[in-house]
Amino acid sequence: MADMRTPLNKVRGLGSAREGADHFWRQRLTALANIPLTLFLVFTVIMLAGKDHATVTAYLGSSLVAIALLALVLSAMVHMRLGMQTVIEDYIHSEGLKVVCLILNTFFVILVGLSCVYAIVKLSLGA
Amino acid sequence: MVELTLPRNSKVNEGKTWNDAKDKGTWREFRVYRWNPDDKENPQVDTYHLNLDECGPMVLDALIKIKNEIDSSLTFRRSCREGICGSCAMNIDGTNTLACTQGMDEIKGTVKIYPLPHQPVIKDLVPDLTNFYAQHRSIEPWLQTETAAPPKEWKQSREDREKLDGLYECVMCACCSTSCPSYWWNSDRYLGPAVLLQAYRWVVDSRDEATGDRLDNLEDPFRLYRCHTILNCTKACPKGLNPAKAIAELKKKMVERRF
Repeated sequence: MADMRTPLNKVRGLGSAREGADHFWRQRLTALANIPLTLFLVFTVIMLAGKDHATVTAYLGSSLVAIALLALVLSAMVHMRLGMQTVIEDYIHSEGLKVVCLILNTFFVILVGLSCVYAIVKLSLGA
Repeated sequence: MVELTLPRNSKVNEGKTWNDAKDKGTWREFRVYRWNPDDKENPQVDTYHLNLDECGPMVLDALIKIKNEIDSSLTFRRSCREGICGSCAMNIDGTNTLACTQGMDEIKGTVKIYPLPHQPVIKDLVPDLTNFYAQHRSIEPWLQTETAAPPKEWKQSREDREKLDGLYECVMCACCSTSCPSYWWNSDRYLGPAVLLQAYRWVVDSRDEATGDRLDNLEDPFRLYRCHTILNCTKACPKGLNPAKAIAELKKKMVERRF
């Protein structure tokens, strides 16, 4: 069927979603938070490399360390979800597939995030 | 839509060579994209040779000489020949620019000329910019006021007028928008650098009273936020403008009005 809509009709589409600024702001906020938190993670990994389980649980038993790592998980997961959402919106144009990918993106982030949180809490409480 | 390979009917074939270079004079080879909607053939790249001793210095001079003296069927848009109308925007030597302001001495070797990328082609070097113009129309690029018009003119301070410098000079040639990968993939919904620069031109105009409505209409994951600061737009602009900066300023305004 020939598309008889005018060019302006196509461009206006469903109108402005009136959002995007929040996404933009959160992406930059988490990027900022990720800088010190990731450096702390790198420092932690280098320090704990080759150490035994007892040393690791003792280190993670410090509430400051555990909170910093939990903060990194939260910040990195939000950042990862926002970034992947942008990639999906950029490259996937079939509306159905796009929605499925956006849902899977959210589920994946929650799964990874909760797994990290569980591991940190478990080690931190001395298991 | 992301297209990593050309559709079957868009694959570019080797075309014909119209003439050969001669020993006498300064000869230059031109490879030009050709497509004719009437012959049902794939696009092809034709080869022409010109003696630059008998030709003006700009790429547009060469195209006009080819059309006048070698191949009258070569189709392209041109008008002002001085970079103010934006008609002769095309891809020259791999960069979108205006043929009339692109000197041939700035190009090494063969001069390769293609239409603006990722737009439907009407014929040869003429792209279909219907969508681009409709997008420009959609941002309502005119002064909007509710206050009764003053008897003489809307006044503007010197400082506020200076905010329009670097924006009003845009000739809407589409070089920037068609150089932007985000625009290639999402030109149905992303407005692109040229239109966003124009949108910003009206957002910062101190005389305009529709600033908030303008920002409302731009605040959209696709219309504005497909820009990922790739900066091809700024690199391509034949007028030396900075659409990427205008877009960044729009994003800043979006945040500014939240706090």
